[in-house]
Amino acid sequence: MLGLNKKDTSLLVIVAALVMFAPFILNPFPSDSGLAQFNAGYPDLMQRFVIFGIFAIGFNILFGLTGYLSFGHAAFLGVGSYSAVWMFKLLSMNVIPAIALAIVVSGLFAVLIGFVSLRRSGIYFSILTLAFAQMSFNLAYSVLTPITNGETGLQLTLNDPRILGESATADGSIPVTSLFGLEMRSTYEMVVGPWAFQFNAGYYLCGIIMLLAFYLSIRIFRSPFGMMLRAIKSNQTRLNYTGLNPRPYALAAFVISGMYAGLAGGLMASMDPLAGAERMQWTASGEVVLMTILGGTGTLIGPVLGAGFIKYFENIFSKINDTVLHNWFSFMPDGLEDFVVFLIHPFIGKGWHLTLGILFMLVVTFLPGGLVEGGQRISRMVKKKSDDDTNAKTTPAE
Amino acid sequence: MGILEVKDVGKRFGGLQALGDVNLSVAENTVHAIIGPNGAGKSTLLNCLVGKLIPDTGSVMFDGQSVLGRTPFEINQMGISRVFQTPEIFGELSVMENMMIPCFAKRDGSFRMHAIENMHNEKDIVEKAEAMLEDMNMADKRHMHSSSMSRGDKRRLEIGMCLAQEPRLLLLDEPTAGMARADTNNTIDLLKQIKEERDITIAIIEHDMHVVFSLSERITVLAQGTPLVEDTPENIKGHPKVREAYLGESA
Repeated sequence: MLGLNKKDTSLLVIVAALVMFAPFILNPFPSDSGLAQFNAGYPDLMQRFVIFGIFAIGFNILFGLTGYLSFGHAAFLGVGSYSAVWMFKLLSMNVIPAIALAIVVSGLFAVLIGFVSLRRSGIYFSILTLAFAQMSFNLAYSVLTPITNGETGLQLTLNDPRILGESATADGSIPVTSLFGLEMRSTYEMVVGPWAFQFNAGYYLCGIIMLLAFYLSIRIFRSPFGMMLRAIKSNQTRLNYTGLNPRPYALAAFVISGMYAGLAGGLMASMDPLAGAERMQWTASGEVVLMTILGGTGTLIGPVLGAGFIKYFENIFSKINDTVLHNWFSFMPDGLEDFVVFLIHPFIGKGWHLTLGILFMLVVTFLPGGLVEGGQRISRMVKKKSDDDTNAKTTPAE
Repeated sequence: MGILEVKDVGKRFGGLQALGDVNLSVAENTVHAIIGPNGAGKSTLLNCLVGKLIPDTGSVMFDGQSVLGRTPFEINQMGISRVFQTPEIFGELSVMENMMIPCFAKRDGSFRMHAIENMHNEKDIVEKAEAMLEDMNMADKRHMHSSSMSRGDKRRLEIGMCLAQEPRLLLLDEPTAGMARADTNNTIDLLKQIKEERDITIAIIEHDMHVVFSLSERITVLAQGTPLVEDTPENIKGHPKVREAYLGESA
């Protein structure tokens, strides 16, 4: 189907189902229960899951296939966001032109950075991309203030022209982003007993775009072009002496992944129309590297899993505070309760990075293939066990 | 006029004159061996032919066109394929994929953006790669990871990949280095078979005299960066200058 083999088609169908039913899947706990804080089924977080999924899918096309580790991909994310916000300021609040401009501008930006950075490989390439991203960050933060509005960040105002739209709504407020009239923030809430499931227009737009991006990445992985990219990672010498020029292949991969990042940035701005320089900071570039490695470098689904995993931790673990902990451990004697809370305290709230760091170390050490390898191991164990069971059942009959 | 004409080529690394005025002519459809003791400049010469090194002086003409100043992939597209001393293959790719890449390079040139094309639609490439694997007796290994094969098989695959590009000149850099006797003989047989079945010129650098004398029609002896003699294998065997170069002055 759609030019994919059976295995890839079923993967795509599974991912599509997960994306479409995410408001249910991520909301397993009733809203009045104590576990409700582990629910992730609210629009803001779900949007972040799929947007960072797109970012990581794109990053994986470069890093997973060619092995070129870019440490500056957040620059494209930021460029995409700024472009989209400018489109909202100048043209209209429709998200389509904004996203289109975000992809185009970040693509052009990637051509420029890629052309220079890809003259080197390995660690030098990583450092060059990091340097470019930091330059972009500093430009956005101070030098290019007229375009980026410096440290305040670029925001919509009532004085923006918006040629095809309106500068202000009838009641004098700033208009909201929409897709041909369908407001991105509009949410339908379905209440089933103690559960409240939220269906957000913006989330579904991001989700559908992510599915398209995911489908495209499968096609790239399985294409002759994808094979050439894996050949670059495997042996550049042989590629050169087979009459193939590695550089345009690597540059094409770099630009494609830059455009994915730009798309993610554009979507971010479409959900919440502001853009700040901190989106381009090196920590943001590092985050997408973590997502890809955590999920499984070079696998199709890995980056999406990694992105979801990290964003879930960032938003859920960081919300647990000492009061919540005291509630959980209130059954313990007073002294012991305080002691346990004291022990766990560094790993929650603002300390969620510590938990993430430990998890990252464990995954990289014991599952070098990332979460995908973990899944494969479990399925192999289950398979083996069911084989053993059937064997055990048949043996006595003999 | 040979297919490969090397004229007055010199290459210096700092204080070392690696090559000094090398003249060499390889005639079309012959097997030409370049031999010489360690440090004679054989590999340097080869690297000058494929674009890895640029000689300081002289010219290298392939089929009437200069190769100097061109990058390795451009020279390869002109029709020169190179087999390395240690097999250079795409270790993380399957044997079949290894064979398909040179087929793409032959058909599409040094770059083509076929990013969302389906591999199933590339029937001509798949057929050609399969036929080539058949020729190399590797059809049963097509799904194997190429890095998990034996050294002899890797060498065989590498030669097959070079042939898939239908080169006019095949350069072999010590193709049997580090091989067991049986593997060496297999390689000799393979090269003989290639020679019989195809219109191809082969230039071979080799240490193993058994390989050299069983394959080549012309031999150039290189010593200290300059060619000593060029002759048929029969005449080379008893040549006093060659003995001197290999065994030292006293011999």
